[in-house]
Amino acid sequence: MCGGTIMMNWRSRLAEPRSLFLAPAGLFLVALFLVPLAILLYYTFLQRGAYGGVLPAFTLENWQRLVDPLYAGILYRTSLVALVSTLICLLLGFPLALFIARAERHRNLYLHLVMLPFWTSFLVRTYAWMFLLRDTGLVNTVLQATGIIKEPLPLLYNYGAVVLGLVYGYLPFMVLPLYATLERIDKSLLDAAADLGAKPLQTLWRVTLPLSAPGIAAGCVLVFIACLGAYLTPDLLGGGKTILAGTLIQNQFTNARDWPFGAALSLSMMALVVGMLYAGIGRRKERLL
Amino acid sequence: MKTRLLPLYAAAVYLFLHLPMLVLAVFSLNSSRFTVWEGISLKWYRAALADQQLMEATSNSLAIAFAATLISTTVGTLCAYGLWRRHSGWISGSLVLSLVTPEIVMGIALLALFQWVFRNLGAHLGMHTVILAHVSFCIAYVVVVVLARLRTFDRSLEEAALDLGASEWQAFLRVTLPSLYPAVGAAALLAFTLSFDDYVITSLVSGVDSETLPMVLYAMARRGGNPEVNAISTLIVFGLGVLILASERLQTR
Repeated sequence: MCGGTIMMNWRSRLAEPRSLFLAPAGLFLVALFLVPLAILLYYTFLQRGAYGGVLPAFTLENWQRLVDPLYAGILYRTSLVALVSTLICLLLGFPLALFIARAERHRNLYLHLVMLPFWTSFLVRTYAWMFLLRDTGLVNTVLQATGIIKEPLPLLYNYGAVVLGLVYGYLPFMVLPLYATLERIDKSLLDAAADLGAKPLQTLWRVTLPLSAPGIAAGCVLVFIACLGAYLTPDLLGGGKTILAGTLIQNQFTNARDWPFGAALSLSMMALVVGMLYAGIGRRKERLL
Repeated sequence: MKTRLLPLYAAAVYLFLHLPMLVLAVFSLNSSRFTVWEGISLKWYRAALADQQLMEATSNSLAIAFAATLISTTVGTLCAYGLWRRHSGWISGSLVLSLVTPEIVMGIALLALFQWVFRNLGAHLGMHTVILAHVSFCIAYVVVVVLARLRTFDRSLEEAALDLGASEWQAFLRVTLPSLYPAVGAAALLAFTLSFDDYVITSLVSGVDSETLPMVLYAMARRGGNPEVNAISTLIVFGLGVLILASERLQTR
C-alpha cells in the first residue's frame, strides 16, 4: 500500500508540467554526469586489466598509491605551479579590475576585452604562445636577428612556459570576481579616508583591499582550481618534461592503461576542487543557479 | 600619480591578453614559411581551405556543434525555467558540480561510461558519443545564461496568463519563452562556441570517424605547428569571437 502511494505521488508529480521541465536535464545529468562519476568511484576499488579496463577484484591499493612519493610529488608540483600562477593572476588582475571598476565610461567594453579571449578557443590561444616561444618562434627569431643572442633561448617546454600559459588562460577568473566586489565598494568610504588625511596608496591598502577580500578569495580559488585541473596548457607548453596532475590522469587511461588508479586520481582531484570551492566561496556560488 | 599609472598597467595587461593572438593573425598573412616577414599573401589560407583532413574535421566539428547546441539549448532552457518555478537542490547542485569539474576528469568519466555501456551493447565511439559528451557540459552554461534572464522577468505576467485561463504550457510557450529569446540565443551561441572549441573531452570520447578540428589542430601544434595552422587558428578565433560578441550583446539587451 505504501508503494502504491509513492507511485501515486510520482504520477501526480510527473503530471505537473514543472517536473517535466526539469526531467530532460535531470535525465542527462544522471546519465552523463552522475553515473559516469559513480562508475569511476566503482573502478577505484578494482584491479587493472592487462590491456586497459578493469578486473572485478576488490582492492584498496589504488587509493594507497596516491601517497606514493612519485605521485605525491607530482601533486605537490602541480599545486606549486597552480599557486604561483594564482599569485601572478592576482598581481595582474587586481589593478586591472580596479581600473575597470573606476572607469567612468566604456566599462562594458573593458570587461568584454577581458572575457572575449576567455571564451574563444583555448587551444588556439595556447598555440599562439607556442608560435611566439618555440626555438624558431618570433621571440627567438627577433632576438637572433638583432644579434642579442646567438643560440635560441629554451623558452618553451618548461615550467615557466606552463605558468605563463595558465596565467594567460585563467586571468579572467580573477578579474571578474574582483571587479564585482570592487564595483560595489561604497565611494563615500574612500572619500572619508581621503578627508581623514589618508594618501591614495594608504586608502588602497587599508580600505579598498580589505573590503575586496571576498573577491580576492573567490578569484584565487577559481584560478587555483582551474590551474589544478588544467590539461591542455601543461601538455602543449610544458611538453613531456613537465608532468602535472592532468597529464598524469590522462596517462593512466592511455599509455599506462591503469584505469583504476586513474579513476582514484580523478576523484581525489575532484574532491580537492570541490573542497576548495566550498571553503573559498561557500554557498555564494549558488547564486549562479 | 597613481591615476596615471593605473591605465598604463591596465593597457599592459590587455596587451598581454591580446597581443599573442594578434601576432599570430599578422603572421598568418606572411608569405614566408618561416618566422621572417616576406610580404602579405593569402596562400596559407588557400592551403588550409584545400586541406582535405582539415576540411573534413571542420565539417565534423560543425555537425557536432550544431547537434550539441540544439539539444543542450532545449534541455537547458526547459531546466532553467523549471528551476525558476521551483528550486531543485540536486539539479542545481549537479549543474554547479559539472561547471567546476576539471575537463580531464569529466572526459575520463564519460569514457568510462561509454566503454561500460558498449561492452554490453557492442557499439563504438563516434560522433554520437562526442555529441552526448558536449551536451553534458553545455547544459550548465545554458542554464546559467537563461536563468540570469529569468531573474529579471516579472512573474506577474505569467500569473496573469494563468488567471486568464492559459494552461501552464501555454503560459510558458506564449508569455515567458518569447521574452527569453535573447537569452536563449545567447546561450545557444555560447554552447556552440564551447562545443566547437573543445579538445580535452572530445579527444577522449571520439572514435575513428569523428576527428574534430581541435583534434587535428592539436596534433599539428604538437608537431610544432605550421603556417596553415596559423591561418586556420586565425579564422577560428575571429569566427568564434564574433559569435561570443553576439552572445554578450544578446545577454545585455
